[in-house]
Amino acid sequence: MTTPADARGRLRSDAARLGLMAVPVAFFAVFFAYPVVAIVLRGLRGEDGSWQLGEAAGVLGRPEVREVLWFTLWQALASTALTLVVALPAAYVFARLRFPGRELLRAVVTVPFVLPTVVAGTAFLAVVGRGGLFDTWWGVRLDGTVWAILLAHVFVNFAVVVRTVGGLWAQLDPGQEEAARMLGASRVAAWRTVTLPALGPAVAAAALMIFLFTFTSFGIVQVLGGPGVATLETEIYRRTAALLDLSTAAVLSLVQFAAVGAVLAVHAWTVRRREATLRLVDPATTARPPRGAGQRLLLAGVLLVTAVLIVLPPAVLVQRSFAAGLGYYRQLTEADGGAFLVPPIEAVGNSLEYAVAATAIAVVIGGLAAAALARRDAGRWVRGFDALLMLPLGVSAVTVGFGFLIALDEPPLDLRSTWILVPLAQALVGVPFVVRTMLPVLRAVDHRLREAAAVLGASPWRVWREVDLPMVRRALLIAAGFAFAVSLGEFGATVFIARPDNPTLPVAVAKLVGRPGDLNYGQAMALSVILMVVCAAALLMLERLRGDRTGEF
Amino acid sequence: MLLSLEGTTVRFGGHAALDAVDLAVAEHEIVCVLGPSGSGKSTLLRAVAGLQQVDAGRVLLDGHDQVRVPAHRRGVGLMFQDHQLFPQRDVAGNVAFGLRMRGAGREEQAARVRELLELVGLPGAGGRAVGTLSGGEQQRVALARALAPSPRLLMLDEPLGQLDRTLRERLVVELRELFGRLGTTVLAVTHDQGEAFALADRVVVMRDGRIAQSGTPLEVWQRPADAFVARFLGFENVTGASVRGTVAETPWGRVPVPEGSAQGERTLLVRPSGVRVTAAGAEPGYTVTARTFQGAQVALRLRRDGDAPELEALCPLRDAPGQGDRVSVSFDTRETVVLG
Repeated sequence: MTTPADARGRLRSDAARLGLMAVPVAFFAVFFAYPVVAIVLRGLRGEDGSWQLGEAAGVLGRPEVREVLWFTLWQALASTALTLVVALPAAYVFARLRFPGRELLRAVVTVPFVLPTVVAGTAFLAVVGRGGLFDTWWGVRLDGTVWAILLAHVFVNFAVVVRTVGGLWAQLDPGQEEAARMLGASRVAAWRTVTLPALGPAVAAAALMIFLFTFTSFGIVQVLGGPGVATLETEIYRRTAALLDLSTAAVLSLVQFAAVGAVLAVHAWTVRRREATLRLVDPATTARPPRGAGQRLLLAGVLLVTAVLIVLPPAVLVQRSFAAGLGYYRQLTEADGGAFLVPPIEAVGNSLEYAVAATAIAVVIGGLAAAALARRDAGRWVRGFDALLMLPLGVSAVTVGFGFLIALDEPPLDLRSTWILVPLAQALVGVPFVVRTMLPVLRAVDHRLREAAAVLGASPWRVWREVDLPMVRRALLIAAGFAFAVSLGEFGATVFIARPDNPTLPVAVAKLVGRPGDLNYGQAMALSVILMVVCAAALLMLERLRGDRTGEF
Repeated sequence: MLLSLEGTTVRFGGHAALDAVDLAVAEHEIVCVLGPSGSGKSTLLRAVAGLQQVDAGRVLLDGHDQVRVPAHRRGVGLMFQDHQLFPQRDVAGNVAFGLRMRGAGREEQAARVRELLELVGLPGAGGRAVGTLSGGEQQRVALARALAPSPRLLMLDEPLGQLDRTLRERLVVELRELFGRLGTTVLAVTHDQGEAFALADRVVVMRDGRIAQSGTPLEVWQRPADAFVARFLGFENVTGASVRGTVAETPWGRVPVPEGSAQGERTLLVRPSGVRVTAAGAEPGYTVTARTFQGAQVALRLRRDGDAPELEALCPLRDAPGQGDRVSVSFDTRETVVLG
């Protein structure tokens, strides 16, 4: 039976939740939903305001558009397959074999995933591009071909497999395989019947993530691609920036949006399936030193692949940036009057300022959203918002940037001339990371701890200060670090809206790469190294804070 | 012999988890390896199973050396301590697993699963998810799964370790009855002496990777091989003694021992039931320091004047003194044992 007091209590809790949710909801409505609507309208309506679905469909029928769609799809499938082939053995090795330097190496393979995609691009350019390592040694060049893109995609997504699949693999109870062997299963049969089914959903989830990342890959394709090597993302950018063909770009954005939505839906479904009960144990107890020729060979193979694919490109990038001594770095401080109105080195300051602002926005918005979602009385529509929050992560950054460009540059909301536009776009990409980091921690704070503190005489404010805050503080710092790193390396959205006199680091690097001449090339390398160092510093602090934990990121 | 270990040794780093162990198990015999944690008893099972490589010595099944035979070809069954049921399969899927690995047909599998679930007292449970089983039910399913492929030797690692006491006491009786009926050869390990004595034809006590004693439950109970075994079996009245004839000089005074006991400096065990407590007399007395009610009996801890170790005694409820009472003590020859 509901008493008036109950009803009042529920009302108050609803009000509290609404208060927490209001800001994030408004933020997403204005900076995500509104631009998306703008894209839809631009793509599906003619100049006179009438719906032109036929023309939109006609765009998709054009041969050059069909070619882009086909290429986007098959390069994503090929990247995903190649990454799985290369990274699954590594996931096993890092999960189950104990060898010197394992912890360090596991941290090292994670670095590419968090490197800005533009840097991943320039690093591979330094290895397989014009005047690159392979060009000098064997005369082999792969830039402008799909091979360079596939390799760079493996480089970036290697860690997804090692972290998600390997993280689970390390926790699977070896007793399960032993039980199968005692019932007459050979080593292979035990793996196939026990371990593989347990890993299956994690492998599927990792594959979907990689497919999503490579399907929406922009920075890498922009740097390494060439004529005939265009994906949806680069095509949207080209249509917008070079051809000013906004309606085609809008139609392509809608295709992108639909594809990403479908992949995310499938991903959510596999994640739910993954939560089937598995026997999990402490990962520290499952690793053994390699035994037998087979395991040693596997270890050697994985170490070799890691060295060539993960360690070599950034190393070569650094080496190339010093090819002219400090010359390239010195050049960065001089305004050359070409692509930029300012010396490229100023991009460092711009990037840091933008990243700080974006981090602040992302932490406030994401923190409020996480607090609302973590409440134990969170209902269905709140959980629906949870899924909505994840969308910007999956929706391509190019779509976000394009949406900002066409929605926020005219009344009623003209932000074109304000500097805040770039941090807002970057924050939109950063919020999902903040929510994902904060939410599990907030949910894990045991309500009984608060009750215990209250019984010991703590006021509600003291309870929050003494119990909640100490547990959440670390997560808050980590979330801020993630948001910072993400906005520092953000390229897809920023490139649409950053002004030529205020480029960010990734934008400046991409511009320099796109221009002819060894000097520009060298400066791009040098600037990439600076970006890499800044990101690495941010992530190193992050890694220290968070310790070795497996998770989605 | 169905199973023989000959000088079997397993080393972890420099430490020998199994140190030149010799052990034989005859067909239809139920042998229980008893020892504290870290004594190497689980390693012993894993070495026989083929899950642990042997560093020296041999493992023979039916007289054939198994050291080069991989685990899945040894034809032995192992029931894991934590059961290790496959969570992604239902009960029938778990029980049928070993049959599938042997390439049994669908109908044969179904029939055998039905038969075994009935045998372990879970008829019709085949479709249940493993996660919905209680601890006792999981244990039964694990047993059915291990028995399904008819292994020539069934090994049990702490078979009842995770269950509560009443269930354990009931299941151990059921298990012994079942193994007797099926004629299964069993090698079990446990740290619980009650479980071992109830289950086994023969008990093997392990200590630091070696076998400390082997014998029937009665033999081991009556004549522990040394102070370690005695203490492990729960006896606390163990002390150094100098034996001459039928009398032993101990910190508790002169204690009578059976005729034919080993002479000289020895270790003496006095079972609590052999300590008779009477009202305080003339000779040096004891103080009751603790009194534990055990139903029909009362366990007493007695401290002798001076610095002798405390003495444990059992006496009937109606004669039991209270805590702090002064008492005298005499010893029953039948309950004293001169060890080794």
